[in-house]
Amino acid sequence: MLLQIHEPGETPLPHETEKGLAVGIDLGTTNSVVAFARDQKAEIVRDARGVGLVPSVVAYFDDGDPLVGERARLELLDNPEAVVSSIKRLMGRGVDELVKLGDALPYELGPPADGGMARLKIGERLLTPVEISADILRAVKQRAEIALGRAVDCAVVTVPAYFDDAARTATRDAARLAGLEVLRLVAEPTAAALAYGLDSQAEGLYAVYDLGGGTFDFSLLRLERGVFQVLATGGDAALGGDDFDNAIAQRFMGERSDKLDRDHVKQALVTARLAKECLTDRDDWDGFLDLGEAESAHKLTRAEFEKLIAPLVERTIEIAAATLEDAGVTPDQLGGVVLVGGSTRVPLVRARVAEFFGKPPLTDIDPDEVVAVGAALQAEALTAGSDTLLLDVLPLSLGLETMGGIVEKVVERNTPIPVSRAQEFTTYQDGQNAMALHVVQGEREMVDQCRSLARFTLDGIPPMVAGAARIRVTFAVDADGLLTVAAKEATTGVESRIEVKPSYGLTEDEMAAMLRASIDNAQDDMERRLLTEARVEARRAVNAVQAALAADADLLSAEEQARINETIDVVERAMSSTDRAAIQGAAEELEHRTKIFAERRMDRGIRKALAGRAVADIGG
Amino acid sequence: MTNAPQTSASTNNGPALSVCWSCKGPVAWGGLFCGTCKAVQPPVPLDHFARLGLKRDFDIKVPVLDQLYFGFQRQLHPDRFAAAAPKAKQISQSQAVAFNDAYETLKDPLTRAAYLLDLLGEKVEGEGAHTIVDEELLMDQLERREALMEADNPAAVEAIARHAKLDAETTLSALASDFASGDKIAAKRGYLRLKYLVKLGEEARARRARLTLAR
Repeated sequence: MLLQIHEPGETPLPHETEKGLAVGIDLGTTNSVVAFARDQKAEIVRDARGVGLVPSVVAYFDDGDPLVGERARLELLDNPEAVVSSIKRLMGRGVDELVKLGDALPYELGPPADGGMARLKIGERLLTPVEISADILRAVKQRAEIALGRAVDCAVVTVPAYFDDAARTATRDAARLAGLEVLRLVAEPTAAALAYGLDSQAEGLYAVYDLGGGTFDFSLLRLERGVFQVLATGGDAALGGDDFDNAIAQRFMGERSDKLDRDHVKQALVTARLAKECLTDRDDWDGFLDLGEAESAHKLTRAEFEKLIAPLVERTIEIAAATLEDAGVTPDQLGGVVLVGGSTRVPLVRARVAEFFGKPPLTDIDPDEVVAVGAALQAEALTAGSDTLLLDVLPLSLGLETMGGIVEKVVERNTPIPVSRAQEFTTYQDGQNAMALHVVQGEREMVDQCRSLARFTLDGIPPMVAGAARIRVTFAVDADGLLTVAAKEATTGVESRIEVKPSYGLTEDEMAAMLRASIDNAQDDMERRLLTEARVEARRAVNAVQAALAADADLLSAEEQARINETIDVVERAMSSTDRAAIQGAAEELEHRTKIFAERRMDRGIRKALAGRAVADIGG
Repeated sequence: MTNAPQTSASTNNGPALSVCWSCKGPVAWGGLFCGTCKAVQPPVPLDHFARLGLKRDFDIKVPVLDQLYFGFQRQLHPDRFAAAAPKAKQISQSQAVAFNDAYETLKDPLTRAAYLLDLLGEKVEGEGAHTIVDEELLMDQLERREALMEADNPAAVEAIARHAKLDAETTLSALASDFASGDKIAAKRGYLRLKYLVKLGEEARARRARLTLAR
């Protein structure tokens, strides 16, 4: 392969045809995995030792780049204050929620960002969960680039099915910060089903039981000739292996007499996790906690461990039962149950799943890697085209606050996405000229028990008597599960449109500043995006005109045709440059010069249609 | 609005044409793709049955509905347009939304019945719905609710749920023949009865779940 050398700052923008590769990334609570697919075969990207899992752990020291992965994890015992783990649990969470966690949150909170997003104080730095996740994604992207020998700039990133809009938006922002265009956010269980389904050509009803480090998802899917249709999904965005570790750590700490600080808790959690993993294959564990003043010895048997975590495991089974019940499906109708997530290695989990579903679960694909495999397959499907189709649903209902703090649901959970629903509201006071809208997500009836997503005001409503205004609020959810809300007063057309950003999220300015600050993308991420968009649009315009010429060239004189061809050449030349304005200008010129051609084609179309009807009339 | 035809060469009931947004040539009204440049076209206002290519009929075979829906989504879902021009992406999304809406409404017999009654000029849900009073239904409702409240073990609740389910099935087939014979008033009664039986089934499930948890 030839290497092209460029002066710094003169690196050419990638050409349309030499676009970077698209990968699949499972951004997990405990571990992240990246995979790449070609010809419907996905490969996990591994390091030199064959390890595919990158611990989702970042260590920040006052100087130098952050450490990510195994090296960061090793710092946990010596420098716990510099290390962040399980950041996924904080994605999209409001400051209030984190404060409520109290001691369970092993980090110090700094002042929040302007948009309200929580920031952790790590050493000298103030970091949002989005920035920390971006550091993990950047490391994973780099791993893929080294292994594949090509730039990687697009990805399918997976999220827990039960992630709400705030957490999904945070994930998308993190990817953008890491220099990755998100082709699609795919629900983790759906990705796992894709990996299994394509592998085994399975058909029928399947359930996916996904218990990761920090989240639990349960999805019911129908697989039929390449279509993966999600019928229902349920879960808990704060239930996972971390809670198992926590239960063990609490027990150990309770066996000591001293009060431990937050860094000691982190260390106790490391030991607890070792005990948990050990009890997967063995019946008992013993070891020490060497914290603060004293060392303490601890023992744990498998039976004791199972007793500690039984309530957590039962909760997952209840969620699974309720989701099946919702869909009117009984366990015996299922073709299989797929196990996903590292926590499904715990013997009690496997035993309870087998018992509840009445069949041994499927574990042919490594539960830690299956989600990344599915994500990579979907990344290939989106970039190279494919016959498979993922039809997903909205995991949690969306609604608006009405009088008395009651939620009026606008889109019910388990509705297939993309979806768009409108609801009408009215004013309740004479002359009321503004209306505050509060968008929430969740299943409960009261606003304060649901997740608040955004508040905005529709103003400029002309004075009318109470109840006369008709305010139409439209919720549009795209295929990524991301929401846009628009409101319009129907009698006057006063409009207010916002893309819902979580109330405690990042402002556009903050996002832009972060993008500028991240060295990788200081190279005009935005300009590159716009250039790609201009090229795609110009290509579309050229293709459309060429198709029209192929069909109706006889409507043009040779001279007219030559002029159009010349203009096409100009567009083509502009497209091979990086001059966005020139590309757009040329495409507009093409549109302009083909106007007459388009009119003649319409005339011919109308004449043909009329002739067709005349014949039909005679025939009738 | 993207789903209104841009221009129409239609006079009265003749074959109508729209202008393709991409190549500016003629496209048959309601066509999904331009015959010349293959660009995806925005959805046109159609009722849910027509959109999916079904007869306006209550008696739908769900597997047939599924196949039609999958067929359209295979062509129109935004995943098929991941690399397309922004306008094409946006149009594919509005098409996918229109087909999801049609599918969701017609898949469930209850929403299908309500929708069909609305099309027939007998609105049963939302603003402007005309309600009817069915004394027999009200009495029955009262009795079964009471029985459900008094049921104190999962087996008793299960019996009520099973009974409701059987009645729902009978009501459903009666509803189908009412629609077939064009008896709108009977269909309306049948709809209300089915709605109540479905709701009773849901309440029974919730109660059974509570009783099971309490044990």
